[in-house]
Formats: sequence, C-alpha cells, structure tokens
Amino acid sequence: MLRKFSHFLVLSVVMVFIMLLMWGFTGNDFMNLGNFQSMAYQMPELGVLSLAMMIAMLTSGINLSIIATANLSGIVIALILTNTLSADNGSAGTIWVVALAILAGLIVSALVGALNGFLIAVLDISPILATLGTMIMVSGISIVLTEGYVISGFPPAMLAIGNGDLLGIPVPILVFLACAGVMSVILNNTPLGTRIYLLGSNPVACFYSGVDNRAVLFRTYIISGIYSGVAAVIMISRFNSAKADYGESYLLLTVLAAVLGGVSAAGGFGKVSGLFLSLVILQMISSGLNLMGISNFLTLALWGIVLIVVMVINYFIENQQQKRRIA
Amino acid sequence: MKRLLTRHETYVFLAIVAFSIVITVINPSFFTLENLFDLLKSYSLMGTFAIGMLFVLISGGIDISFTAIATITGYTIAVLLLKYGESLNIVSVFLIAGGIGILLGLFNAAIIYFFKIPSIITTIATLNIYYGILTVVSKGKWLYGFPTWFGDFNNIRVFTLYTPDGIPYGLSIITVIWFALILIGWFILRYTILGRSIYAMGGNPASAQRAGFNLLGLNLFVYSFMGLMAGIGSVIQALLVQTVAPNSLVGKEMDVIAAVVLGGASLTGGTGSMLGTILGVTLIAIMGNGLTLMHVSSLWYKVIIGFVILVSVGVSAYRNKRSTRKHIITEVN
Amino acid sequence: MAEPFLSLRKVSKHYAGVTALDKVDFDIQKGEIHCLAGENGSGKSTIIKIISETVKADPGSVIEIKGHPVHGSNAIDAINRGIQVIYQDPSLFPNLTVAENIALGGFVAIHRKLINWKELRQVAEKAMARIDVHLPLDEIVREISIADQQLVAICRALTRDVELLIMDEPTASLTKKEVDSLLAVVTDMKSKGIATMFVSHKLNEILQIADRVSVIRDGRMVGTYPSSELDDEKLTILMTGKKVEYQHFVAAKNGNDPILECRRLSRRGEYKDIDFKLFPGEILGITGLLGSGRTELALSLFGVSQPDTGEIYFNGKPVKIQSIQDAMRLGIAYVPEDRLAQGLINVQPVGKNIIVTTLDNLVNRFKLLDRTKVISSIQRWVKDLAIRIPSVESPVQTLSGGNQQRVVLAKWIATQPRVLILDGPTIGIDVAAKFDIHEIIRELAGRGIAIILISEEIPEVYNNCNRVLVMHKGCILREFDTRETAQEEIQNHVNGAF
Repeated sequence: MLRKFSHFLVLSVVMVFIMLLMWGFTGNDFMNLGNFQSMAYQMPELGVLSLAMMIAMLTSGINLSIIATANLSGIVIALILTNTLSADNGSAGTIWVVALAILAGLIVSALVGALNGFLIAVLDISPILATLGTMIMVSGISIVLTEGYVISGFPPAMLAIGNGDLLGIPVPILVFLACAGVMSVILNNTPLGTRIYLLGSNPVACFYSGVDNRAVLFRTYIISGIYSGVAAVIMISRFNSAKADYGESYLLLTVLAAVLGGVSAAGGFGKVSGLFLSLVILQMISSGLNLMGISNFLTLALWGIVLIVVMVINYFIENQQQKRRIA
Repeated sequence: MKRLLTRHETYVFLAIVAFSIVITVINPSFFTLENLFDLLKSYSLMGTFAIGMLFVLISGGIDISFTAIATITGYTIAVLLLKYGESLNIVSVFLIAGGIGILLGLFNAAIIYFFKIPSIITTIATLNIYYGILTVVSKGKWLYGFPTWFGDFNNIRVFTLYTPDGIPYGLSIITVIWFALILIGWFILRYTILGRSIYAMGGNPASAQRAGFNLLGLNLFVYSFMGLMAGIGSVIQALLVQTVAPNSLVGKEMDVIAAVVLGGASLTGGTGSMLGTILGVTLIAIMGNGLTLMHVSSLWYKVIIGFVILVSVGVSAYRNKRSTRKHIITEVN
Repeated sequence: MAEPFLSLRKVSKHYAGVTALDKVDFDIQKGEIHCLAGENGSGKSTIIKIISETVKADPGSVIEIKGHPVHGSNAIDAINRGIQVIYQDPSLFPNLTVAENIALGGFVAIHRKLINWKELRQVAEKAMARIDVHLPLDEIVREISIADQQLVAICRALTRDVELLIMDEPTASLTKKEVDSLLAVVTDMKSKGIATMFVSHKLNEILQIADRVSVIRDGRMVGTYPSSELDDEKLTILMTGKKVEYQHFVAAKNGNDPILECRRLSRRGEYKDIDFKLFPGEILGITGLLGSGRTELALSLFGVSQPDTGEIYFNGKPVKIQSIQDAMRLGIAYVPEDRLAQGLINVQPVGKNIIVTTLDNLVNRFKLLDRTKVISSIQRWVKDLAIRIPSVESPVQTLSGGNQQRVVLAKWIATQPRVLILDGPTIGIDVAAKFDIHEIIRELAGRGIAIILISEEIPEVYNNCNRVLVMHKGCILREFDTRETAQEEIQNHVNGAF
C-alpha cells in the first residue's frame, strides 16, 4: 500500500540523517566498528521485545506484560542454572543443562502468553487490563522466587549467547535477526499472519468470514510471550544475572519502536522491515547520546518526546490522506 | 434488591467484608480503631490518586503519567520548603503543588485532544518525559529536613484517643482532606453538568460532539483534575514520610489503576462511581494490611493483588458477556 | 404560498474533483412532511450535512431560514435555529439513562452548571408528552430497543425547540409495528407545527406519509411533487432515471434431491417449526418483516446460533452446524446484511478481503502461503465477479457499494459453496448496480449453487426467485411459486392482510 511504501522510505532517509547527525556530533567515536559492534550487542534485547509488542499491537491490542514475562523467564533459567551447575563449570555436559534451562524459560513465557490469550480471547477482557493484571501477578511471582535478590553466576555456555560472536557477528544480533525473520514469515507468509492483520482491523467481519478469532488471539499472545522469553535469554546472558525488575523502562521503547516502525495503534498495519529500521534509528540515537555523555534518564525523556513527535507527524499525514479521500 | 445484585459495587463490598472477617479471625488487631485510622491515613495517598484516575477512566481515557507529575510537584514543594520553609504555610504548599499538577495535566490533555493520540501512548510518553527531566534536574537526591510546622501538620488529628500504653491515635487531618476530596469528586460527578458530560463523552464521544458538548474543555478538565490530584497527593506523601525521593512513586501507577478498575470503572469509558472507587481502594488497603497482619511475607503482595485484579476483571467481563447475549434475544422478539 | 421555513437556491457542493450537489433548489414549508427521495450516492447525505450546517456549501449557494440568509457551518448554530438531525444511528449515550439522554444536551447548551435531577425528569417528561410516548426514564439506553432509542432521539430534539426535524433513513432497523408508530409520531408533530424532512429510499413509506416529495438524482434536483401525484413506478423512474425491466427468473432443473432440508427447526424466541427444502440451481426467496425470523434462521444455517429442536439435512444426511467453520466445511456461505460491519474489512485491501475465507487452501506443503496461488486466486475472482478496481491493494472502503458487494460475493464464491445465503444483498446499492448484482446471482444459480435470497423488498424476491417463503413472527406463513402467483399476493401476505 502506498502508505507502507513511503513509510519505509521515510525511515531509511531518517536513518541516514541520524547517522550523519551522530557522526557530526561525536566524530569518529561513533563511526567506528567498535561502536557498531557494541550497538549490535545492545539492540537485540529491545528488538526482540519490540517484536513481542508488535504482534500484540497488530491485533489492535497491547501487551504490557512483556517485560515482566521476560524477567520471570530469566529467573526460571537462572534458578535452574545456579542450582544445578557451578559458575565456572565448562564441561561439555553443561550445554545440555543450559539448553534445558532455556527451554524451561521459554515454556514459562509461553504459559504466560497462554494466560494472556485466555483472558483476552476467551473471557473477552480488554488487552490493556488483562496484560496489566498478568504483569502485576507475574512480577509478583518473580519477587517471590527471588526474594528480591539478584541471581547470578552462569556457565560460559550461557554467557556465550549474550556476549559471544560467530565469525565476528555478535550472537545476539543473529538471534534477533532469526526472530525478525521468523516473525516476518509468520506475518507475511502464513494464514495466521493474514488473519492477525485482518482481525486487528475488524474482528466482527473476520468472525463472519469463518476466522477463529479466539485461536488467532491465543496464538498471538503465546507468540508474544515466547518472544519475551527469547529476549530474556539474551538479557540475562548479557548481564550474567536475573532480577525481578530489569528493563522496566523498555516498555515505552517497545511501543515507540513499533509506532515509529509503522505499526498502527489501531491495529491491522505494520511490517517487520519498518520495525527493524526504527530499531536501528533508536539504537543509533541511544549510542550517540551515550557517547555525548547524556544521562540515561534524559535519554528516556527524549524517547518520550520522539514518540509524541512521531505520532503527531502520523496525525498530519493521516489528515492529508483523509482530505483526499472525502468524495 | 435485584438492582443491588447487578451492581458491581455490591460484590466488591462483599469481598471487603469477607476479607475483613478472615483477617480479624487470624489477627484481631486488624479490627481496632487504631489500625483502621492508621490505614485511612496511609492510604489517603492512593485514594487521592484514585479520585483523579476515576475521572480520566470515565472520560474514556487513561493516564499513567500521574506518578511522574506527582514526583515533579513533590520535588518542587520540597525544594521550596527547604529554601523558604518558614514563610510558607500548608495552604500555599497545596496550591503550588496543585497548580503545577494542573499545568502538566493540561499538557497531556492538549496532546491527546489536538493530535488524536491514544491516551495510553501519550501518557506513556509524558511519564518518561516528566520523569526523565526531573531525575536529571534533581540528580536523584532525596530531600528531607522540612520545617517543623510541616512535620507538625502531619500529626494533627481531628480527635485524639489513647491506647492503653498511652500512645495517641485518631482521625488524621490528612484523612479528612482525602474525604473532602472524595466529596468534591462525588459532587461533581453526580450533581454538575460537567460531571454528567464526562460520563456522556466516555459513553459515546461521537454523539457528544454532535450534540455540541465541549470535548476540548472536558478533556482539559479531566487530565488537569488528575494533575491536581497528583499534586495534592504528592504533598500528602511528603507529609506522611517527611521526605521526597525521586523514585518513590513511579512504578506504582498500576496499583492505582487496579484499585479504580476493581471498583467498577471500565477502561472503555462511561462507567464508574466514586463509591466504587472508594471500595476498590479499601479492598486493596485491606488486602495489603491484612497480608502484613497475617504475617504473610510482603513478597507475596504483588502476586495476590495481581490475582485479585484478574479475577475481578474476569468476573466483570463474564457478567458483561451474559448480559449482552440476553439483550440480543429480546431485541429479536 | 406562505414563506417557507427553509429554502435552498442554487446550492452546490464540490469536493476534490467530485460534484456532490449541482445547483439544487427546493424548500420546506412550515409544518410539512417533506420527503427527500434518492438512491444511494445521489447527494441526499450532502444536503443533510449542509442544512444541518456541519458542511459548508460552495459560494453562490443561497440558504435561507424563515427568509433570512444563513452562512454558518457549525452544528450548534443549526440547533439554535431549530434544525435537528436524527441519523440512522441515533447518537445517544448508551451508558446514561433515557431521561439524561433526552434532557442533558439542553442543559449543556444553556451553560448550566449544576444538575437538578427533578428538573431533568420534568423536561424529559414534557418532551415525551408532546408526542404521547411513554419511555422508561430510568432505563439505561444501552438496554432498550432500537425503536425506542429513536424515540428518545426525537424527544431529545423536541427539548430544543425544533422546527425542522431531519430524519435520515429512520426506519431501517424497525419492525412494521414500530415503523407505523414512528410514522404516527411524525404525523403528530406536523399538527404541532414541526416540519419533518424524511430522507428515505423506501417507496411505500415515502408515499404513505409525505406531503411533498423532492427527488434527487446524481447531485441534481429532479423536482418537487405533491405525493398525491406519485406512485411507486413514477417515483422509481424519477429516482433512477431509467425504467428497469426484469426478466423473471426460471430455475434450471438440477436433479430431484434437495441439497438442504430443514425439518421442524425451532429456536426459542426466534423461529418455529421451519420446514423447507432447497434444491441446487434454484433461488429460494425468504421474505417477511423485520422480526419475522428470516435473519435468525439464516444465522442458524450458518452456524452462528443453534436450533433448539428439529433437524437439518445436508445432501440427505443429518448434520449439526455448531460453528461457522462447520457451515463452511459443508459448503454453506452467508453474505450478511450489514455489509460494512460484518461483510468487509474496510481499511484492508480488496485482495486480503477476498482470500480471508480460503487461506488454508492457498498454502504449499510447508503450510506457508504460496504467493502464486494467492495472486492467481485473487485475480480469478476479481475477474469472475467483474470487480472494478484500480488495484487489488485498494482498500475496500474506496469502492462503490456495488463493487463492495462483489468483493463479499467473491470472497464466498472462492469457497466453492453448494449453498449461498444472501441476506439483503442489495441494500444501499443503487438501481443499476442492483440489476448487475441480480444478474450475478442468477448466473451463480446457473452454476448449480443453491441460493437463498433473503430480502424485504418484494419486487426483488419476486423477480429473482422461483419460490418464495413468507415468514411471519418466526413461522413460515406460506410458500409461493412465483410463476403462479402475482406479486401483490405475496405483498399482502407479508403485510398480514389475508
């Protein structure tokens, strides 16, 4: 659709512009391989979480519990690892334990997703409320499990995921690219994906066209949950620890990334490619600001401003299109 | 009688009664005047926020930036108290905090109304803007050491009783302030055109526009009212703990929303009552207090609250579904 | 002639390249019932918007109220001048009481600050008394029927000293009894000096109640006539500009076995003892007033609701249709009455709308969508239904009503149905497009599909069906063979005069 095309174009232009801007402000600190590499390590967490938020928003919903789910997943993985292995255990057998722990974490995140799906699809609770409730409850479970403490000390096999690289490419980026790829395939190449888009725009018409709305919503939130779990793996691996309240400021960023990337707040529209570009832009701004010595909190404030500015621009574009459409 | 059973507030009330009974059985010190007055005082903060949130929810929106607004207003009056403490009085402190809160709320309203940005997204953004700027300006410092009159005000009681050990307790003035706010809020919602217009707008914004309601004015009002409550709340917080910290409120948005939703307000707008909100806050207060008195580890607090919210919302949604089904059948007849 | 209340002279309205109105002249006398008749897209809505001042007419247009020229473009000004519009969706507040809905707007307009509940009730009661209706003042509007909601809207208008009440297609969702009540209310208002502009395309209602009828076509005013000078046929010709000749439909013989059969089908409160057979290649009409159970029956055949008792046989075998998916598996398709809300996903492209029903058939062996299959499927159905679009990516909402309906049909034909149920398939579509849709339906029947055509327009079912079932209060009153019956007889049965 014309709108989607131009959005991608606009984002590409913005990306190049930001790159030049950051380069201008910080010189070679920004434009070097080391910096890009470190960006490549940081972006994936946010990226995978943004994908989790995106799929919920496409169905005209929202998932406020992605961070809490990620934290719980991370804690489950961490508990398994720290209770069965010692920190410097590098033997081959640990890989299996790590794999099983990760699987357990993903199952937990999928279960939270299923709970969300049940509340939203079966009980018909509005997504804001349902995910708000699960967010509080899941976060509470995390607190109980950790008693407020940080759980740390993972084996090298685990740490490699967040900090290692494959042929010079950071592993987290590979994970993110894989996740983005899978999401893109789901959305563009499967019946489920088409149904997600259509449901976001008009669930009633979908119902009358034979779409099983419940199943679609259920799957949407389970996928959203699983992606939160994957983000958890990257997160706890990078920090070598798991905690009940990591990354709470990410929630705003995932919404911002999605909206900037072209996801409509009303549902039904948005592509992974747009999200990808917007993440790159946000990451560049973040790195640039960091290099300029601007505090994290100010950066957060800036995100808020950027989000509003993007929505305002969207508003004006919509307005123009509406004016042309009236006949 | 039948009408009573269909109302959401009835069920919340029953839940409160049930919980109270259970808690008192396990720990009789729950149902003492001393404990109850204490609860009323400490939950005045959440109660004040809840009044503002109720208005916003009825209008069909949501506001999660109020904790950041409260943090800003709190910090401002704290700085002023430390600098000019002796030349201020409690009224001017409330006015300043309220005034700033109103301004910040107006900003929210303007963005939401003029650019048609969903309120959840707008207030997520302003939450971060307000909080981010404040943290940088405040450098994360905790402020304390307020003038003695400020501390004394906290201890004022409308009437005082004494425990067997000679410890005084009673109905705190802060609770009275909260009650006054409740009355004002209730009056506006029930007896003013403004209040009914807010319900109308929440029920069907398009109809409201067609009928000539002043949507801009209504939006400006609800969000600045929320800002006002946030400002007043920040003063209450400062009075209660005699310190102002930049990070004490942010993160607690959901608890307030949960209390108001528990009381029957709907996120889609048009529904909600002051009575329900009070009951919702009371329920949360009792659960919190009860868990402590029953010696349940505070670690479980969030899990239980979250669970109660989900159950309450689930039951609400289920009851809604059944009633709409009946409606369709009678229409066909 | 007395000075008219409202007068329009040379009123035009252009939007980007489109002429919505072209030098329209007409006037409304004080206290008259004036009908504005026209097809969809004729410009009726634009006239309403201009009169109610929500849209500004082009320069050169002259609008006068009681002799004074008017230049406003503000809905509140219109209300103050005594003009109110009641749209099809009555624009009420579903969460407030009847009394509040009636009276609140008035208080807001005079900038009152406080509410006196007693006064509010009195205002509401006074309004109801003016037209002699009794509505439950304390009931929440969400809980009352659509007909009552419209009465609430009328009462609301009355509280604001209305002199001209514009009603836009008010009878669309009303049962015959409710329509009669509404028309009585309108007649009553006339005796109180309130003029009504009734916008409609329903010929019999227009002729029953109007003093004068203004016909608009393609943005131009054809003329204003006293209703005594008009009849159905004349009015249709004026509205459409053409005389459409219908060939009576004859079903091809397709074997002796019914594809669908219902025996003693009943659902409490909706329909009772339904017995009928449906044969491939035929078009079976089901008609009756709103509330007669026609749509409810269709929904049960489509799996949206389930009958309490009775059996359904498909291809001779008893079946239970518990969900839409069940119905689709059997090969039953349903085109809903409410095209925009239930039939189409407006903001999404035509292509996506067409494949939504057949997604599972367009996959390759990895369960992924096969691009070529998808594209060729879309193209095939666009061609088959002759949908005129610039691109398959165009959002459905940019299409005309007729084209939109073709998209809905395409979506269902793509499922290769054996039974196609059409519920009000030509509602809101102008006469030329209507004819085309009927041609398509007949062609589909020719392919061997068994079609059920549900409609309340007697000419539509009479001309396009070989058999017609008349339903009344949930039961099948009688079955007619259209070759052997006159249209009037069917009409009479529908109206209950037999």
